[in-house]
Amino acid sequence: MSIDYSEKIPNNVDLSSNKTLQRALEHWQPGFLNWWGEMGPDNTSQAEVYLRTAISVDPKGWAHFDYVKMPDYRWGIFLAPQEAERKINFGEYMGQPAWQEVPGEYRSTLRRIIVTQGDTEPASVEQQRHLGMTCPSLYDMRNLFQVNVEEGRHLWAMVYLLHAHFGRDGREEGEALLERRSGDADNPRILTAFNEKTPDWLSFFMFTFITDRDGKFQLAALAESGFDPLARTCKFMLTEEAHHLFVGESGISRIIQRTCEMMVQHKTDDPAKLRAMGVIDLPTLQKYLNFHYSVTSDLYGAEISSNAASFYTNGLKGRYEETKLGDDHRLDASEYPVLEVVGDKIVARQVPALTALNERLRDDWVKDVQGGIDRWNRVPEKLGIPFRFTLPHKGFHRKIGIFGELHLSPEGKVISEAEWTHKHRDWLPTEEDRAFVQSLMGRVAEPGKFANWISPPARGINSQPIDFEYVRFN
Amino acid sequence: MITYDTDPSRYAHWRLTFDGPVATLTLDIQEDRGILPGYKLKLNSYDLGVDMELHDAVQRIRFEHPEVKCVVITSGKARMFCSGANIYMLGLSTHAWKVNFCKFTNETRNGLEDSSEHSGLKFLAALNGATAGGGYEMALACDEIAMIDDRSTAVSLPEVPLLGVLPGTGGLTRLVDKRKMRRDLADVFCTTSEGVRAERAQEWKLVDHIAKPQQFAELVKTRAAELAKQSDRPGGQGIALTPLKRKDDEGTKGGYHYTHVDVGIDRDTRVATLTVSAPTGRQPDELEEILTQGARWWPLAMARELDDAILMLRTNDLDIGLWQLKTRGDLAAVLEADAILQKFKDNWFVRETIGMLRRALRRLDVSSRSMFAMLDEGSCFGGLFLELALAADRSFMLKVDDDFARAPKIALSEANFGLYPMNNGLSRIATRFADETAPVTAARAAIGKHLQADQAAELGLVTFTPDELDWDEELRIACEERTALSPDALTGMEASLRFAGSETMDTRIFGRLTAWQNWIFNRPNAVGETGALKVYGTGAKAKFNWERV
Repeated sequence: MSIDYSEKIPNNVDLSSNKTLQRALEHWQPGFLNWWGEMGPDNTSQAEVYLRTAISVDPKGWAHFDYVKMPDYRWGIFLAPQEAERKINFGEYMGQPAWQEVPGEYRSTLRRIIVTQGDTEPASVEQQRHLGMTCPSLYDMRNLFQVNVEEGRHLWAMVYLLHAHFGRDGREEGEALLERRSGDADNPRILTAFNEKTPDWLSFFMFTFITDRDGKFQLAALAESGFDPLARTCKFMLTEEAHHLFVGESGISRIIQRTCEMMVQHKTDDPAKLRAMGVIDLPTLQKYLNFHYSVTSDLYGAEISSNAASFYTNGLKGRYEETKLGDDHRLDASEYPVLEVVGDKIVARQVPALTALNERLRDDWVKDVQGGIDRWNRVPEKLGIPFRFTLPHKGFHRKIGIFGELHLSPEGKVISEAEWTHKHRDWLPTEEDRAFVQSLMGRVAEPGKFANWISPPARGINSQPIDFEYVRFN
Repeated sequence: MITYDTDPSRYAHWRLTFDGPVATLTLDIQEDRGILPGYKLKLNSYDLGVDMELHDAVQRIRFEHPEVKCVVITSGKARMFCSGANIYMLGLSTHAWKVNFCKFTNETRNGLEDSSEHSGLKFLAALNGATAGGGYEMALACDEIAMIDDRSTAVSLPEVPLLGVLPGTGGLTRLVDKRKMRRDLADVFCTTSEGVRAERAQEWKLVDHIAKPQQFAELVKTRAAELAKQSDRPGGQGIALTPLKRKDDEGTKGGYHYTHVDVGIDRDTRVATLTVSAPTGRQPDELEEILTQGARWWPLAMARELDDAILMLRTNDLDIGLWQLKTRGDLAAVLEADAILQKFKDNWFVRETIGMLRRALRRLDVSSRSMFAMLDEGSCFGGLFLELALAADRSFMLKVDDDFARAPKIALSEANFGLYPMNNGLSRIATRFADETAPVTAARAAIGKHLQADQAAELGLVTFTPDELDWDEELRIACEERTALSPDALTGMEASLRFAGSETMDTRIFGRLTAWQNWIFNRPNAVGETGALKVYGTGAKAKFNWERV
């Protein structure tokens, strides 16, 4: 088979002269396309979508806009440009040259890290595959598909690492990434949150706002890795991840905007009345926030983790913005506070910082999520509505870690099983809430039109007008 | 650097004399000639240097003296046969040195039994004085033990009561396994430091024959003659074991370079590459020419070099944790050599050569190093050489689909099915398949076929079959991964996985007795500041931690 690799698969990894990689991809690519056909956005193979394609890593090339049929999207392989003489910046090997090849000692650990990250990418595409049918506008539909193809590209990025650096094992893992299915009881995706349903657009926006933000922090920590190809791959993925976060944050913000407008217009904050008007009341949005925030928090793992410690010591996974931190980057002597439950009190306890790296990354993420919440709160503030969104306590509705066995209220009070049973319906979306949100979902696919429950965006994509035909159906 | 090079003219501790079919090895240790400084070899106690000479002497008898049917091992000292391994030496040694020393002495003693079983060379221990610890263990490895009955000489295994360690050179195992001593009596014997004198020793099956001092020489002569009668050694012209031509290379990229065997060492990655070459050119196909070639005959020359290379690596290169096993040359030539060995296996010299190969391969099996066989382009893992791949912990065979000529091939021969049994008495193939019939039968059906990677994998004979695109990277990563693992855990894991199937006395010695001994050698009760081994001879009493573990 003769393929023009640089045309078909945009890349900056010299694919055309790398026979090992070519062979691996020749085998994998048909499998990927089958997977996309089977599990990618439903019923869209003929739709032409105004998509951004990365065709190189320079500022001009990474955002190339045009109409594309998604199966023809040019999933490329890009690593951020190599930094000359990059060093390992933390842990036991600090100061040594960054690894350009997988060190044999860490083969299996690195493979597991990459597979775990890689598995989330197709998982979210699978979770979101039916959302095109209920899009609130062409603009939003296009954003969904942009997120989807980029998750696909992130899968390529991880598979590239597996193919380029992990030999036969890597190829087998690459196949397995296409074989697992989100939510499949027998063959699930690796992480629990990626087996949850994304049944409606509110969930989708929450997911991209909160859960993709976990992706951002995981990628940022891996972008510090001493294994340079992983670091460079993740660095480039982060540029795309930012768009996903934008989709989520602005999506929710537009829902809030719409609800607040109706509240002002009809001078009411009664959820029932607002629901009757076909918008989502703010307390329901808060419940969705509580749910997605707590489920995603679990993705960081247990507060105290020897795995995280050894990843760090061995130079495999750093902290968020590691190189900007002003400490010894070894952490053998420093401490970090971790919450602990003593009786019915929650207290902070200092633990060796090395063992608390999961918690630290979670805290970095919490700060970042809080920033988005603050921006949301400007919407009701501007319209003179007193409601403010708040993040629940870190221990609320957790399944993993110190709080996994307990029940906490959103304010952080330890409560009994009975109290939880009694009150959790006030804090988390109920079946009725979900049914209501679902009832709003209807397809709006006319240029410039938007569903009743969401405001139009402030501006269009790539300076196009809001009523631009972002998706063409043939 | 420690070498195993020696010959009778250089012996410091043994005298080797011949009287027709009986050879006598007389132990007369020079106490100032220890192989390392810091201790004196008093009371005919031995160290590695003494055992190297014993090993060499037995080798000489095997090859240079086909007329010898029985070897008498006795002492040149008055009233002292041998007091075993030198305790001060053990006290001063590193753990690794002790372990390597014990392994070599075990192999030498097993070698005596191996020669008795396979080559008709019988051994008689003539205990003409006090026999303690390793001295008695040496006697246990002989076919018969004759003991002087002078009312004071005793045999003993005083390690437990005196030193807080074990009679670890096969002693415990041979008492009950070989000599069928009752375990309760063995328990008493092994905890009685003064041991037992002749009469009881005979009664408890510790020795076979006893005689008063005046009759002892006669007894030894008679028994030696009797043992000689059991031998089928033919006599005639021996084969001189000429010195090995080894070039030692001590640089960072060091190694040991021989004619047919080459060891390259990469000290940075801690990997040694051991390459064995097939015979080249015309090889003798008649006995006469084989005997004329003698020590130059490829199977013997290669075996001696391989044996020496293993010992050198084990003794001098402790941190070289992974041995890559490679072969070079013509597969057909290796298989021809197999056929010749098979054809003339009843000839004494060929039989000794097979024995030498068998023991050298067994050294690989019990080496505390990871072994990866690399079946790459240019390799020739057939028959005898396939044993190297089967001895390895893993094998990697290069897959070349489109070029039969270039693709490495392996081949099975009759030699793989019993000519070189492991210490467990099974062939490496049988051990590989835990002695299950079906896979062994399937392998046997493939004898003579040149098998490429897929077929070899199908038969379960190789582990991984990367192709050319994957080869370098797969191997680099596999080696790096291996050498990063705990050396102790690997030693234990490999030793446990290598010997599936049946147990024999040898496997119990290496797998049970040695493992316990090596554990004890690490415990404070033996080697701590107040441990029994450390305080021995100082007059101080050992202080134990009484917790049973």
